[in-house]
Amino acid sequence: MLNQFALLGRSVLDRLAGIGRSGGVVWQSLVAKPAPFVMFPLLLKQIYFIGVLSLVIIIVSGLFIGMVLGLQGYTILVDYGSEQAVGQMVALSLVRELAPVVTALLFAGRAGSALTAEIGLMKATEQLSSLEMIGVDPLRRIVAPRLWAGFISMPILAIIFAMVGIWGGALVSVEWLGIFEGSFWSNMQNSVSFTGDVLNGVIKAVVFGIVVTWIAVFQGYDCVPTSEGISQATTRTVVYSSLAVLALDFILTALMFGDL
Amino acid sequence: MSVNNSPESIIDISALSFSRGTRQIFRHVDMKIPRGKITAIMGPSGTGKTTLLKLIGGQLRPDGGHIEIDGLDVHGISRQQLFTLRERMGMLFQSGALFTDMSVYENVAFPIKVHTKLPDDMVRDIVLLKLQAVGLRGARDLMPSELSGGMARRVALARAIALDPDIVMYDEPFTGQDPIAKGVLVKLIRQINEALGHTSIIVSHDIQETMSIADNIFLLSDGEVIASGSPQELLSNQTEQVKQFMQGLPDGPVPFHFSDDDVLEDLYFTEER
Repeated sequence: MLNQFALLGRSVLDRLAGIGRSGGVVWQSLVAKPAPFVMFPLLLKQIYFIGVLSLVIIIVSGLFIGMVLGLQGYTILVDYGSEQAVGQMVALSLVRELAPVVTALLFAGRAGSALTAEIGLMKATEQLSSLEMIGVDPLRRIVAPRLWAGFISMPILAIIFAMVGIWGGALVSVEWLGIFEGSFWSNMQNSVSFTGDVLNGVIKAVVFGIVVTWIAVFQGYDCVPTSEGISQATTRTVVYSSLAVLALDFILTALMFGDL
Repeated sequence: MSVNNSPESIIDISALSFSRGTRQIFRHVDMKIPRGKITAIMGPSGTGKTTLLKLIGGQLRPDGGHIEIDGLDVHGISRQQLFTLRERMGMLFQSGALFTDMSVYENVAFPIKVHTKLPDDMVRDIVLLKLQAVGLRGARDLMPSELSGGMARRVALARAIALDPDIVMYDEPFTGQDPIAKGVLVKLIRQINEALGHTSIIVSHDIQETMSIADNIFLLSDGEVIASGSPQELLSNQTEQVKQFMQGLPDGPVPFHFSDDDVLEDLYFTEER
């Protein structure tokens, strides 16, 4: 009995220590004397790996989700004779919720897991130790550019997701189902506010970007440097970031739209 | 670049204690590593030889005791000073630890570019000379994934000596190498040590290779230095522990059997829990 309490206490303490270490990693990576000439090329390379290479999955998913939204919205709204509001429905659901959340989930699966595995492998093959021994801080050289690249890429990916999704919705409802184009777009324009919806959506994307990248990078940096440890860390990245994104989405939604 | 505070020893380890979890790895270890010589640290697997290198490099923090390099306490200085101190150390990791996203040339050029402001053509000359020293000038455009294990270790050696460090640490340089690669590495370590006049520390349990180049050997076991001296002195040492390790005897102070209860009793009278 006492043992179980001890185990519980130990696991809580371990978790708290983990959160503390992850805060330390981010703090030491980001707070330092800026070295733009060294950092910028590294950052560009990481934005390419994290952001540009995620474009395909983001665009394809955005397109299909927009198309499904258009189709589902139409079949429901047409019963009430208000199928003209499909544009509004597609845009609001994408901009407020689906674009940031689904992008973050895809981002965690595509870029987050890759980040964890890459940094974990660098640790396992002693590349991080070797950087340290050369006198280069791996937090600054390896971790910092990846963190910044994630912070920057994720909101942009979410915006692209929303745009492609809206276009996909229009494709289905206007081109295929024959809703009048003018009312599709004008309804959307009237109901989507820039500060209330678009900006809040982008804020969500920024927050998710920070959380997912932070989790991914820390899991890689803190993993047990064996093949088993890396695979576990990669799994943890996807699970933790998905849960964090969904929970944070509820909290942010309650804060942003709760007082309607 | 070297500072000659004490002429005879460059690294001074005093009362070093270190533990991982509940396992005590070092108990009040004292060691003086002589300047300009090849010192080998030997001992059975799991005695913390690699850990010792990481402690010297400041990557791990001891629980007690001090490590001083030229009078500078490795664990008492700031992070910035530590990174400056590391410019004077080169380390050859067991896996080579080449940066996988850089070519051979870029790997060797990396420490030079980070720590000096030399123009590109001068960096190129240095890199090619270092690669020539390890016999791999022709492999400069290959990626680490295209190298054999022995070649990767030689490139890593070229990178470790790129800044002409005062101390080069070799972590198990011979492990997993074929006889030719072992021979090449032995020759290189000796040659480079003589040519550059730095201090070499080799962590290894390959007795033959290490004995052939070391000036001085520390034998570690169970967290303590159990013997030290020249290769000849260690060979003639009659202590059971030393004899078992040096001659590779299967049974001795390090038992062959993990547990020593009686096998018959275990087979016939003990029930599985």
